[in-house]
Amino acid sequence: MATQLFYLLIFPGFLFLSAFGLFAEYADRKIYARMQNRIGPPWFQPLADFIKLLGKETIIPESADRRIFLLMPVFALTAAVTSFLYIPMWDTHALVSFNGDAIVVLYLLTIPTVTFFLGGWSSNSMYSTIGAVRSITQLFAYEVPLFMGILAPSLLAGTWSLSEISAFYNAHSWYWLVNLPGLAIALIAVQGKLEKVPFDIPEAETEIVGGTFTEYSGRLLALLRMALDVEMVVVASLLAAVFLPFGLGYAPITGFIIYLIKVFFIIFLMALVRTVLARLRIEQMVNFCWKYLAPAGLLQLVVCLFVKGVMLQ
Amino acid sequence: MSNVTIPVGPQHPALKEPASFKITINGERIERADVRLGYNHRGVEKACEERNYIQDIYLIERVCGICSHSHSTAFVLAVEEIAAIEVPKRAFYIRTIIAELERIHSHLLWLGVAGHEIGFDTLLMYSWRDREIVMDILNMLTGNRVNYGINTIGGVRRDITPKQAQEILCGIDKLEERTRYYIELATEEVTLINRLSGVGFLSHEDALHLGAIGPTGRGSAVDRDIRRDDPYLSYPELQFKIVTDDHCDVYGRTLVRVGELMESYGMIRQLLQNIPEGPISVKAPRKIPAGRAFSRYEAPRGEDVHYIQANGTDMPERVKLRAPTLANVQSVARMLENSYLADVPIVVASIDPCFSCTDRMISLRTDGPGEKLMSWPELHAFSLDWNRKNRGIDFTNLNKRLIEKKV
Amino acid sequence: MKKTGKMVSEVLKSFMKKPATELYPFVKNPKPAGFRGRIIFHYEKCIGCKLCMRDCPSKAITITKVADKKFEARINLDDCIFCAQCVDNCAKNALESTSDYELAGLSRDSLKTVFNNESVDNVALRPEE
Repeated sequence: MATQLFYLLIFPGFLFLSAFGLFAEYADRKIYARMQNRIGPPWFQPLADFIKLLGKETIIPESADRRIFLLMPVFALTAAVTSFLYIPMWDTHALVSFNGDAIVVLYLLTIPTVTFFLGGWSSNSMYSTIGAVRSITQLFAYEVPLFMGILAPSLLAGTWSLSEISAFYNAHSWYWLVNLPGLAIALIAVQGKLEKVPFDIPEAETEIVGGTFTEYSGRLLALLRMALDVEMVVVASLLAAVFLPFGLGYAPITGFIIYLIKVFFIIFLMALVRTVLARLRIEQMVNFCWKYLAPAGLLQLVVCLFVKGVMLQ
Repeated sequence: MSNVTIPVGPQHPALKEPASFKITINGERIERADVRLGYNHRGVEKACEERNYIQDIYLIERVCGICSHSHSTAFVLAVEEIAAIEVPKRAFYIRTIIAELERIHSHLLWLGVAGHEIGFDTLLMYSWRDREIVMDILNMLTGNRVNYGINTIGGVRRDITPKQAQEILCGIDKLEERTRYYIELATEEVTLINRLSGVGFLSHEDALHLGAIGPTGRGSAVDRDIRRDDPYLSYPELQFKIVTDDHCDVYGRTLVRVGELMESYGMIRQLLQNIPEGPISVKAPRKIPAGRAFSRYEAPRGEDVHYIQANGTDMPERVKLRAPTLANVQSVARMLENSYLADVPIVVASIDPCFSCTDRMISLRTDGPGEKLMSWPELHAFSLDWNRKNRGIDFTNLNKRLIEKKV
Repeated sequence: MKKTGKMVSEVLKSFMKKPATELYPFVKNPKPAGFRGRIIFHYEKCIGCKLCMRDCPSKAITITKVADKKFEARINLDDCIFCAQCVDNCAKNALESTSDYELAGLSRDSLKTVFNNESVDNVALRPEE
């Protein structure tokens, strides 16, 4: 019981994830800034922002649906933290694992987007409503390519469990190279999940102010931002576990360092994508996802089936 | 979703100045756009009548932060015309150099703003970083980065030394290389083109009909430029071409602006090469003889018009200015029709608006009761009184009382 | 040739380069000669013609006679727009633009400067007590 609680609350649960999330936000912002030839924030900036937001007054709009408005940030954070428990870090074993947890993780990662939608919708402001509608429209566009991109490796491995996927690729080195196109697809699709350029349409600052988060303030906004940070770490770990399954099975310290390098590599790639692209319009985004990204995901599936059916026999 | 009306402004992250756009949307499509100005009336014209000509130069320079040289040059040109002052050629050359440097800094600034409006912050950071080069040149030449204060009636206040000329050329070379890169970027980067082309369409006929000027008009193939059509300063002696584009959308306007940057570099090189020796100013009389003059000036955003009426004293009787945005703001409502909500910021930005420079008060004189001419102190007292009565705010010595309150 | 990610090589180069940002309060950019900053007054040169007062756009400068051929200048730097027209107008070079631009203070009073005989060696830069 005590170890369970330790896992949930301290490592690799809530406390570790929060700290890691804040640090990942710093890394993301710093990389973004340096690519733009700026200096960027100091290392404690995300933490300082978080503490500052905690100390601010939380304003709930009169016309908002109070209960949903209050609950959604907590739900978002909970879902993001929970999904981390199924992802193997430096070992081929996650904390909890069962056949089918890959699907569970993907669905748990969808929950934050849904909570953003509900929170934005229930705050009953014009900007939030439009942001909410945009975020749910976007969900339908990026989710399919993302699923196809991530599930292709599991098809090749022949299992729906993340731990077994990494065990498979660890055993069959070099097969992960087949999945590299899937990594590119997933990298682009997660920009939509994390609401970053080019898919930061739901919170496009110059168009609809704060989008979904316009009416959120104080502690609730802090929780929402923390949820996004944690989601970024979880997504980066997921991509690292599925697409870069090498260097596993070392001693915990070395393994952990390798894991960190992989995660920050993914964060670097995500920052690069958002540095070099302009924000798309929602209809261009949906078009792009269905016209190019989804077929590419399909192709990746076909390639994986081919490799599994022909070469692995 | 049924039709909803979204307020963009008076305060909105996309707008750098207060202006109000009431956008009626259906889903993401815009059904109707309603443009409201008038949040920033500053009474500049009236204030000009209360100051002498020298003071007016500095006041008019502060009409706009970006095209400050445009306004002050248009003003001094009109005054010099009334007073029939023979301005030395070298002064004209220096004014033209500053004018083109100002155009460069304005267009680079616009490029960054446009990038920011479409969520391409990297472009903003890079173009504003490069803009520092031209800002530093202006700082070196005039002693300030924004309000240059180079003009005076009868010439300019500062000369350009050969060493400074060398530094300008050096900076221009760097900027030209960077601008080439931005042209490449604008014509190659797919996400950028997707966000710009086909957006804010303003057909050639509409541009003529709505009186679009400057890069907004030239982006719709309206071949008009005061620098060529009604030359002033040293422009008759320069070789340059007017950049136009027939895309008729935001993309066209972008290409016009980056194209004009390249032309400006060429112009500055010619100016520095041919600059004549001689005095930089002549003594101007303090009292300008009675008369009136009208001057036109191609500011970075379009044609800037000044009208000055002198009555023989050292203060103008009437100063009228029309900033370029006033001529272009009408086209924004047309451009927004049938576009997407996401395009509102970039469409509004595409005319390079400057709402504070634009706001003028028009009083339709009916000669009925309630019409009264007020002097400056009267108006000041009236406004204090009005605020006290109607809003319960006492603005007299507000600052002093605030400090007292704190202590 | 249209392509996505045109800026990749440029941003990766920048990533390795030193940032362009100036570390302002720690590293100060030198101002060019002729920068129009804080205005200072050399009381011994003034002849009291008051040409500077006449053309000041914001009426920030006041010259008063304190004794025979002795003049005092009050410059309200909070009103001043730093056009340096007074410097141009002064026939005796009694006014001068300096390159000092860091004028921020906690009170407006710190910007109301007075220059007179008593402030020897011209450090009337200090605000009025």
